[in-house]
Amino acid sequence: MSGKKIIIIGGGPAGLEAASHLARQNYQVTILEKESETGGHIKNDMTLFPDFADAQEVRKGLSDRANHPNIELKTGICINELVQEGNQWRIKSDNNEAITGDAVLLATGFEPFDARRKEELGYGIYNNIITSVDFETKLKEGKILTTEGNIPQRIAFLNCVGSRDEKTGNNYCSRVCCVNGVKLAISFKELYPAAEAYFFYIDMRMNGQQYEELYRTSQEKYGVTYIRGRISEAAATFDHKIQLKSEDTLAGLPLKLTVDMLVLLVGIESSKSTRLLAGQNNIRGNYGFAESLGVNRNDYQTTKEGLFLAGTCKRPLSFQETIADAGAAAIQIMDYLEKVK
Amino acid sequence: MGMEIKKQYWNEYQKEIAQDDYFYERSCIRQTFFPGSEATFLNILRDELGKKIVDDPKIHTCTGIGYHSDIVPFDTTMTICARLFSLMNGAGLKNYVPSCVTSFGIFNEVLDTWKHYPEELEKTRVNLRKATGREFEVPDNIAHPSDIIYNFRKQLKLKMKYQLVNRKTGKPLKVVEHIGCHYSKIFAEKSIGGAEFPHVLAGMIEEWGGEVVDYPERRHCCGFGFRNYLVMANRGYSVANSKKKFESMKPYKPDFILTNCPGCAMFMDRWQYTIAEMEGTTYDENGKGIPVLTYEEMTGMLLGYNPWDIGMQVHQVQTESILDKIGIDYNPQDKYVGVSGMFLGEPEKPTNLVV
Amino acid sequence: MKDWGYKISIPRIIDLDRSDTSLYKQLVSKVPSAMKCIMCGACSATCTASNHTTFSFRHCHILFKRGQYSRLSDELDKCMLCGKCNLVCTQGVNTRAVISTMRLILSDMNNRNIAL
Repeated sequence: MSGKKIIIIGGGPAGLEAASHLARQNYQVTILEKESETGGHIKNDMTLFPDFADAQEVRKGLSDRANHPNIELKTGICINELVQEGNQWRIKSDNNEAITGDAVLLATGFEPFDARRKEELGYGIYNNIITSVDFETKLKEGKILTTEGNIPQRIAFLNCVGSRDEKTGNNYCSRVCCVNGVKLAISFKELYPAAEAYFFYIDMRMNGQQYEELYRTSQEKYGVTYIRGRISEAAATFDHKIQLKSEDTLAGLPLKLTVDMLVLLVGIESSKSTRLLAGQNNIRGNYGFAESLGVNRNDYQTTKEGLFLAGTCKRPLSFQETIADAGAAAIQIMDYLEKVK
Repeated sequence: MGMEIKKQYWNEYQKEIAQDDYFYERSCIRQTFFPGSEATFLNILRDELGKKIVDDPKIHTCTGIGYHSDIVPFDTTMTICARLFSLMNGAGLKNYVPSCVTSFGIFNEVLDTWKHYPEELEKTRVNLRKATGREFEVPDNIAHPSDIIYNFRKQLKLKMKYQLVNRKTGKPLKVVEHIGCHYSKIFAEKSIGGAEFPHVLAGMIEEWGGEVVDYPERRHCCGFGFRNYLVMANRGYSVANSKKKFESMKPYKPDFILTNCPGCAMFMDRWQYTIAEMEGTTYDENGKGIPVLTYEEMTGMLLGYNPWDIGMQVHQVQTESILDKIGIDYNPQDKYVGVSGMFLGEPEKPTNLVV
Repeated sequence: MKDWGYKISIPRIIDLDRSDTSLYKQLVSKVPSAMKCIMCGACSATCTASNHTTFSFRHCHILFKRGQYSRLSDELDKCMLCGKCNLVCTQGVNTRAVISTMRLILSDMNNRNIAL
């Protein structure tokens, strides 16, 4: 029990949650976080779906629980090597710092899809085309304004950007964009009730508790207009708005709409750290995500003894799923260290 | 508005363009629409750039129009293309330059087919041998003439008497560039700049002082569509596509439209007349329409060639507004005087379109 | 104007910049449950009329919502008001009321010679 050291690579929700469980069972934990602050991607969030929980409050709760004498936190440290040596694990950072541990939890999270790879959607080319990440940042500032400083009278959300997309190499569904998009659409309408909001989708995957009701509320109470169809291209108009082309597949007709702002709901991709470190240990799976022994067998262990996985380094997950995942991973690590004396 | 990102995309789609020793394939119909353009291209390459380019009188159609109108089967098209390659081999050359964008698309399609289905290449060899006794080898490089002008645009600029600048205001001319669908939309990697932001014409415009207009329907097809335009029952549908483009570009008040495809140039020019006569609408402020130039006409014009020698009088929408804006010297009296010095007669004036 | 034997095609695109969506607001103020529709098509599936005609409640509803009225009046007349769609709707849309109200609104526009 004591004397055993666990290294957690990644100080996001998965890493922090797992650490707080392990520390309370008297294990020594070192969290290695590459940014200057912990919290991962929820640093950027204002609210969490589906209940609009205050993201920063939740984040503070997480990091408070991970503030424990058994947890050593190192920030600003980027890991470039993860190697097994006998029954120990050796880690090297960009600054040539070397750390050893008895077990490693890979919690290296995800990166949002780079919307510039979908050049036809005009991100980075035309004004007022932003991603869901940018939108969430603006929500934290309390206002969503165009680059000209105006409230958008018409906004459109486009789903499945970079996901379910052969051309970008990501055939999978990113799981959270549907419900997150509905959350953003509602947030927009709460700020600007008189503005129009359009939501372009292929399917509405409302696969969690309260999600379907949220979708219904967004349409019934907030008047969000849902159009089943992809947007094929976004172009700037003469008066600096954005022209969208789509097909309303339900009406069976092509559709055109000019909006003041387009929000691209970008998907989840494996992070650079995940691809590097999983690659070094032969556990790199599809799309660069880290591969466990199997979702139905053991989702926390890998083919390497003492190397464990938690959170979105494996696949797209919601925040609540990540937290549950991290707890389960912590138990697996404890079981492992009990057996290895 | 994000020009840096656009430049990144152009860089992703670069291709090799041959530097010299070209075999030129004239278009089967281009000379009827824009008579001066091909000769202008040959003059530019030989006189301004000192390149070797062979203009073989034995050239014939590539069957592009027939193939895309579902009249000519693909086997025939492949064999005809093979004969053209055989002519190129006969001239001792390896760099193929088709004047027409549909031709360019056809050759890329044929070569791509032969790459993935080598048995088709062998079949074509047998067909050509049986039909004509000829053998052939495929070219090392296929470049569209607009690619070549693009490639040498900096050198050509040094020789230009004029630039795309309004002489009175000093401001760059606003130019709508329109790329033929068969240039980049079928094989994006065979074009400069890809299919979303093709750069072949934009590069010329920018290098020579003009400003490219980015309007919402920039990517939209002009509607040529072969069978759609050729058959009257479908023609309204075909014209509607050009109309959609005109409506979209109108607020930007472009000074002219530039295209690299014979069909597109003809469409953009002729349909402004047609729409004016059928519906009374024009897309500029004076009821004259937006003039259309081929890239050879634009290059020749800026190099100081006589506009009437390069064919700028044979346009439905008159081109004098461009010449006047740039401040190019020309003799209006000579507009309808032929090469022989004989007056050829003035065309009938339209009812609605102002000429 | 010249007639060369053909007409330039009119776009069939739904132009949401130009569509008149005020009629839908009228509909929804009279039948608020229309706002719950998620276009799942259960109504069209069970519809009596759709067996032998082109009628589809889902299709009419979405065309009305997008401001595409030109063929709607004829389509709506095919509805037999049998109410099977009402029984089947998973969201609780009062489909019969929606049909009746659409017909009222459209015939009102027709009577006042307002072009749709």
